[in-house]
Amino acid sequence: MADATPLAPAGPPADDILRTRDGVPLKTTLRRVTRRQRLIALGLVMPLLVFIVVTFLAPIGMMLLRAVDNPVLQTQIPRTVALLASDWDGQGPPDERIFATLAEEMIQQYKAREIARVGTRLNYEQSGLRSLITKTARTIARRGTPPWKETFVAIDDRWGDAKTWGIIRQASSRYTPSFFLAAVDLRLDWRGDVVAQPEEKRIYGLMFGRTLWISALVTALCLALGFPLACLLASLPLRQSNLLMILVLLPFWTSLLVRTTAWIVLLQTEGVINDLLVWIGMLSDEGRIQMIYNQTGTIIAMTHILLPFMVLPIYSVMKTIPPTHMRAARSLGATPARAFREVYLPQTLPGVGAGAILVFILSVGYYITPALVGGRTGEMISNLIAYHMQKSLNWGLAAALGALLLAAVLVLYWLYNRLIGIDKMKFG
Amino acid sequence: MTMLTRGVATRTRRTVLGIGALAVAGAGFAIATQARAEALNVVCWGGAYTKSQQEAYYTPWEELTGHTINSIDYDGNVAPVKAQVESGNVTWDVVDVELSDAIKLCDEGLVEVLPLEDLPPAPDGTPAAEDFIEGTLHDCAVASIVWTNIYAYDETKFPDEKPSTIADLFDVDTFPGKRGLRRFAKANLEMALMADGVPAADVYDVLSTPEGVDRAFAVLDRVKDHVVWWEAGAQPPQMLADGEVVMATAYNGRMFNAMAVENKPFKIVWDGQVWDMDLFVIPKGAPNKTLAWEFIKFATATEQLARQAEWISYGPARASSVPLIGTHAEAGIEMGPHMPTAPENFQNALQNDFLWWADHADEMNERFNAWLAQ
Repeated sequence: MADATPLAPAGPPADDILRTRDGVPLKTTLRRVTRRQRLIALGLVMPLLVFIVVTFLAPIGMMLLRAVDNPVLQTQIPRTVALLASDWDGQGPPDERIFATLAEEMIQQYKAREIARVGTRLNYEQSGLRSLITKTARTIARRGTPPWKETFVAIDDRWGDAKTWGIIRQASSRYTPSFFLAAVDLRLDWRGDVVAQPEEKRIYGLMFGRTLWISALVTALCLALGFPLACLLASLPLRQSNLLMILVLLPFWTSLLVRTTAWIVLLQTEGVINDLLVWIGMLSDEGRIQMIYNQTGTIIAMTHILLPFMVLPIYSVMKTIPPTHMRAARSLGATPARAFREVYLPQTLPGVGAGAILVFILSVGYYITPALVGGRTGEMISNLIAYHMQKSLNWGLAAALGALLLAAVLVLYWLYNRLIGIDKMKFG
Repeated sequence: MTMLTRGVATRTRRTVLGIGALAVAGAGFAIATQARAEALNVVCWGGAYTKSQQEAYYTPWEELTGHTINSIDYDGNVAPVKAQVESGNVTWDVVDVELSDAIKLCDEGLVEVLPLEDLPPAPDGTPAAEDFIEGTLHDCAVASIVWTNIYAYDETKFPDEKPSTIADLFDVDTFPGKRGLRRFAKANLEMALMADGVPAADVYDVLSTPEGVDRAFAVLDRVKDHVVWWEAGAQPPQMLADGEVVMATAYNGRMFNAMAVENKPFKIVWDGQVWDMDLFVIPKGAPNKTLAWEFIKFATATEQLARQAEWISYGPARASSVPLIGTHAEAGIEMGPHMPTAPENFQNALQNDFLWWADHADEMNERFNAWLAQ
């Protein structure tokens, strides 16, 4: 091993440390080189990192913040809020000083045309407070005089009620749990206790449950339809399987809206399928089946749209299973069913897991298809989130619902990881 | 600035030269293009209604001023106004909104306060403040039309007895078949109560009690399983035409358009109508605020409001416009009898109470959504 002599410098070997030709310890040089490489690598992924932070992490963070953020009363009527917190015992209406402070702040806000924000915020807690606030502000800004307590109560009895003030105090904390509570059909009453929403207003529990149910059903249907299809694709000769693959991919490449509208054309009561069934005499003209604008419509359309997400991972895993395994099992005496069950099926599981989790997570957040074909019973939680974003403008509640949905998906992901192991997931 | 003016002047000169022999016509054109042409983003509800605005307001204004109008459609949902103003990125110049939204936006400081005294007077000199029908002028909003929620049915589906009262809308035993209703608490609750025998004058008093709300929802329960819900104004005539429903609530102008222009065999039931108005607002910080106000002044002048009523059966917000309304511009029908305010149509009519809805919209919609989902 004589020629294995280290490439040590010709200079005097002062100690045992390995050095490069110019005398710098090898360790230092190595560190320098790897550091430079790490910096270059970091520089290369930097655009992606910035992109992810700006378009993904930051919006999610802002959403989570919105779900508890409650700045309105603190910024619009700060002194009243502070006085209520420190100087009011919650029994009966507060004293004249608090009334006077509120009057002053209300007049100021009325002139700045901002008072309705206070009203809107309070109206989330109790219907009718919006007009109480605007009416009172308008009246006292025009002709209001002390003593304020009498003036306020003369404008509306509710000012003499501890409940009104309790709600104001309740809604005034800088961060509030009330949006999250509302998102699970609970609310804070004016004393600060958590109580259930009245029966006729409970909706979110039902909708979360329905979303999970529809998602699970769609996943199961996709699996039932997709597994045999993937099996066929993987076992056919290349030419036929390519043709079939195009048939799978073509809808996948088509716009989601087009596919959903196509289902409307097919399924509606005056649509192709009903017409056909009436024509061949299976249905009477009055007995047409309602297949759309209900849960059935949502399930059919979503299953169709999400099917490729199930087929593709399963197919690519099946492609890697050598056909010799099955043949070996058969030659060792297994029946076809047993060979499939004990040799083939276990090997496809990573693909099945990947497909199932992909389809399930996509379904949980599905929005456009349920909105178009779901009608009354086929809507999902995303449609309610959209409703609060776009119509009721209660962005806090929308954010809380979104956060809960995110949490549900993360829990599922964690469960999946515990049960199957995320490292076993294979997309191909 | 001078560069710009010179550029425009040169261009204008070239335009005039180009027109050459048509110097007389060209002069008018040159005046029109003197100022730099700007584009205004005007947002409206789409379909037949936007078309009526296009014919009555947009095109004449473009011809008069040389500015252009980008017509944008929306479904009456004002969340984008809030989003645009709060993010400081306002792209809408003029928005056509319902009254309760106009009040809400104004109260929250999301739309501009308008100098109403600048509105042009009626042709006979009556000041605008008196010419506009009571309740159609607000601090931040100028009304253009009065419209109404009615229901209409397909005549071919009811050969014998025909629906004639608001109660028939909720009576699936006598008049079987699917109904199209707006997926919204507003107007549905009022119609339900009137169908249950509450006089128009008492509807909001009854709705202000918990029992009244229960009563309204109990009426809606009767049709719950027979309803196809709609969201955009253009949907109900389409649903009727497709045979998806046999009767549907709608904005009266949309049904009129389907009947008069597209010759559909529909019939409007005016009993129990819930009327409202549409108003123009300017989002706070709109890019072309001054021009937007010029447009609103032009569009809500007597002549333009009368022209619009010849394209769609919505009532003009100015009293002085009414005598000027002629026949429908395409179908040639007399418009008067198709107006929501025509005496024979206005028998059992309810004005949408915007103050009540400003207070109760959140609560009612919450309950409505829960009711829908259950």
